[in-house]
Amino acid sequence: MKYDIVVVGGGPAGLAAAIEAKKNGVDNILVIERDRELGGILQQCIHNGFGLHVFKEELTGPEYAEKFITELKNMGIEYKLDTMVLEIGEERVIHAINTVDGFMRIKAGAIILSMGCRERTRGAISIPGSRPAGVFTAGTAQRFVNMEGYMVGKRVVILGSGDIGLIMARRMTLEGAKVLAVAELMPFSGGLTRNIVQCLEDYHIPLYLSHTLMEIKGKDRVEGVVIAEVDKNRKPIPGTEKHYDCDTLLLSVGLIPENEISKNAGIALDPVTSGPIVNESMETSIEGVFACGNVVHVHDLVDFVTAESKRAGKNAAKYIKKEIKADAKTAKTKPGEGIRYIVPHMVRPENVDGTLDLFMRVDNVYKDMNMVVKIDGKEIKRMKKKHLAPGEMESVKIKKEDLGFKEDAVITVQLEKEGA
Amino acid sequence: MYDVAVIGAGIIGTFITRELSKFDLKTVMIDKENDIANGTTKANSAIVHAGYDAKAGTLKGKLNAKGNAMYGKVCEELDVHFKRIGSFVIASNEEEMESVKDLYERGRKNNIPDMKILSQEEVRAMEPNLNEEIIGALYAPTAGIVSPWELAVALAENAADNGAQIKLETEVLGIEKNEEGYVIHTNNGDVKAKYVFNCAGVYAQEINEMVASRSFSIHPRRGQYNILDKSTGDLINHVIFQAPTKLGKGVLVAPTVHGNLLVGPDAEDLEDKENTSTTSDRIEFIREKSRKTTTKVPFNKTITSFAGLRAVSNVGDFIIEESKEAKGFINVAGIESPGLSAAPAIAEYAIDVLKGITGELKERKDFNPRRKPVIRFMELSDEEKSEVIKKDPRYGRIICRCENITEGEIVDAIHRNAGGRTVDGIKRRSRPGMGRCQGGFCGPRVMEILARELKMDIKDVVKDSKEAYILTEETKQNTPEEVVVETLEEIKIS
Ligand SMILES: Cc1cc2nc3c(=O)[nH]c(=O)nc-3n(C[C@H](O)[C@H](O)[C@H](O)COP(=O)(O)OP(=O)(O)OC[C@H]3O[C@@H](n4cnc5c(N)ncnc54)[C@H](O)[C@@H]3O)c2cc1C
Ligand SMILES: Cc1cc2nc3c(=O)[nH]c(=O)nc-3n(C[C@H](O)[C@H](O)[C@H](O)COP(=O)(O)OP(=O)(O)OC[C@H]3O[C@@H](n4cnc5c(N)ncnc54)[C@H](O)[C@@H]3O)c2cc1C
Repeated sequence: MKYDIVVVGGGPAGLAAAIEAKKNGVDNILVIERDRELGGILQQCIHNGFGLHVFKEELTGPEYAEKFITELKNMGIEYKLDTMVLEIGEERVIHAINTVDGFMRIKAGAIILSMGCRERTRGAISIPGSRPAGVFTAGTAQRFVNMEGYMVGKRVVILGSGDIGLIMARRMTLEGAKVLAVAELMPFSGGLTRNIVQCLEDYHIPLYLSHTLMEIKGKDRVEGVVIAEVDKNRKPIPGTEKHYDCDTLLLSVGLIPENEISKNAGIALDPVTSGPIVNESMETSIEGVFACGNVVHVHDLVDFVTAESKRAGKNAAKYIKKEIKADAKTAKTKPGEGIRYIVPHMVRPENVDGTLDLFMRVDNVYKDMNMVVKIDGKEIKRMKKKHLAPGEMESVKIKKEDLGFKEDAVITVQLEKEGA
Repeated sequence: MYDVAVIGAGIIGTFITRELSKFDLKTVMIDKENDIANGTTKANSAIVHAGYDAKAGTLKGKLNAKGNAMYGKVCEELDVHFKRIGSFVIASNEEEMESVKDLYERGRKNNIPDMKILSQEEVRAMEPNLNEEIIGALYAPTAGIVSPWELAVALAENAADNGAQIKLETEVLGIEKNEEGYVIHTNNGDVKAKYVFNCAGVYAQEINEMVASRSFSIHPRRGQYNILDKSTGDLINHVIFQAPTKLGKGVLVAPTVHGNLLVGPDAEDLEDKENTSTTSDRIEFIREKSRKTTTKVPFNKTITSFAGLRAVSNVGDFIIEESKEAKGFINVAGIESPGLSAAPAIAEYAIDVLKGITGELKERKDFNPRRKPVIRFMELSDEEKSEVIKKDPRYGRIICRCENITEGEIVDAIHRNAGGRTVDGIKRRSRPGMGRCQGGFCGPRVMEILARELKMDIKDVVKDSKEAYILTEETKQNTPEEVVVETLEEIKIS
């Protein structure tokens, strides 16, 4: 089998990338999705709040996905469901399997990686105690409740205040369960402010910041958990333990980009994002292999995913048409004070269309700061920010003309105190 | 009426049952749990020790060396993962070097083949990632690693293929002796047998005392572990023990047969024979201790932690003998480490004890030592993968995304003799959920397949033990009033 572009993963990222590539003149495209339907994680997010930026209306996850799925189908883009990519080998040959075609070798002119991410688990954060049933990641619980139609418990404690955890606090409540508490290790929530308000405060669910889980009780099924307050070094403070009688613990302790295939293919990964190192075209360290969406870095809004994926799709098409300048001079991005990471990691101004979008996250909660962009130490942009939090992704647009610089330049973004 | 009843389906009970199935005997194996190997056998270091540890002349010494030598054949017959990767006992100072030399001497008395004392340079050449402070090591090339529950399941399956019966969810509550033999009272009816093997692990004392007065006691000694992501398995290539010192035995760092990294255990005497909880102070302790072996263990790649209970007896050696008070009742008790390593030899020894009571046993001509090979999809070549899917398309559907386990493998694991009936049972047999995401994605799918294949309601699918239910009820069980509230709330949100 042979295609100009093969997209690995049919979530919003993969769909947007495939559609954009087609719009840019490439016809022979295949989307490979391991699940039974297209749409990715959105299919289980039946709450609304999707698409405010892209469609100017509030959609549910499946509705948002449906718009892209319909467009993909109308454009006649090929896709294979229930098909797993096992490996990306030399010369962009993809190994994939399904029950109908069996074992396939697919040769791709360009590849777009859009495998999304997975949730961190209990083991990853080493929660001590017994190992009973009733401990779920929030996403697994979401799949059970929203897609399979089963409840996973009656009295629930949630660890971690990421968006999925917050959304599930509300979902479980609406389904008749009692959510006793949400405990968060950090002194701030990892979720969007609107979700704290709409999912916890509206339902009087207490959020305990600077708290951690001490123990899980119960041999067969969870019978209770103990949470405690932590000090500045995130060590539990003795005497602050609270016991909860519950049958269920949901974990919302972070997402990790799903990059095993990328790693095995030899693609360079960024240890901070756990996703591939990419350039302005969303191209990875292997030529002709692009990446977009949660596989690159965890996004909190699908609209950002869509924007980033369009860029990947368009550039993959340019690559096929040999319109990308591979040997153009290159700058690196570098997170400065207060910034955890920046995507993309490398920029070749000659390949930038109009504006360069930088995506980033801050490393703490800040108030009244300036976000300052510099190229080789020279300030080119400064923006006032009233409120910054690690749970909300920031973006910066830089005009192409501002990018004129010499070889090996460094683009930094940093936070500076208002007035400093 | 059975000829023999084996109480306990751990590695000892399953080995003995398989050994019994070579003879013309009607055999039954009983376990209170709902799966094979749900006791100590599922939570240990999984090391097939070379056998230099135990004192010469003890049963432990004799049976460990012998058992080790038997491992290759039985794992080959049963298609079970086993790798003879060799072990090191490392020394970081002269005093520890002395105890390494003592172990070498002990090993010679136990006839352990090919041992060698390695110099600092030799250690470093073979294991570049070990702590620089190590000055030498004992090398025993015959040590190996195995998948203990895979082996126990395979033994049970092979025994069942050869006619043995398996009764799970059958807890022994009392035993009566009569002229013919024994009546074993269980929560699942009475089981009658002429002879009984007591292989009940930490509960062997209680079982013994159902027919005899106290001749030994057993208490649990917990050991905790960390297990790390597969990307870490190649940090070291051998099983690395620390030299025993006055302060204790240290912890080991070893790859597992599936390519993960195992770090642990500690040792802690407990009262409660059910307490396999992990605790943060002990996990911290083993992590700290492991630094003596290597400072390079990336603990942030931990995928899970677990604990096992050793069945420590007051006798100090394995107890494998007929009860003095109850004829035909054979205790196989106090089987602490190296019980897994010694298990093949323990089984032979135990059968000899039975033969001592019954006289020679008649061998079965039709005994088949092999079980149907397991298709492990990801271990196949591309061409083989292609072929397998053509024959059975279910091998073309990946269920576990981390370990790339196919539906075909899961269905096979359910339908074999001694097949899995729980989410964890399937996980132990074919590994969905053993990976980085620990079942986050595949858990619901595995439950669906279990429910479909076993024709049960998905709500009745459990994680591991009988009471470990996963789902509570179908959604939308709310009363009409509540539904109204829900709609209002939804309106408010948007
Ligand atoms: C609970 C939750 C709530 C959210 N709420 C909001 C919200 O209110 N508003 C909002 O804008 N955004 C929200 N988001 C974020 C948004 O949904 C995600 O950022 C977006 O879905 C990411 O898209 P993606 O395509 O990168 O990844 P995914 O949606 O995860 O898609 C990746 C796809 O790749 C497939 N795949 C992976 N590996 C392979 C392989 N080897 N072979 C074949 N296929 C493969 C997967 O099956 C999957 O379908 C939420 C996310 C979650 C989880
Ligand atoms: C921390 C640790 C590390 C170890 N490391 C190693 C190692 O590296 N190498 C090695 O060789 N050995 C090791 N061992 C020892 C090895 O694991 C044991 O010797 C072995 O698993 C014992 O098997 P078993 O069949 O006797 O016990 P178990 O596996 O506990 O089996 C006993 C069975 O009896 C059943 N049972 C109990 N009571 C009843 C009842 N009333 N009715 C019905 N059924 C009942 C239980 O459910 C259980 O399944 C280790 C042990 C521990 C705890």
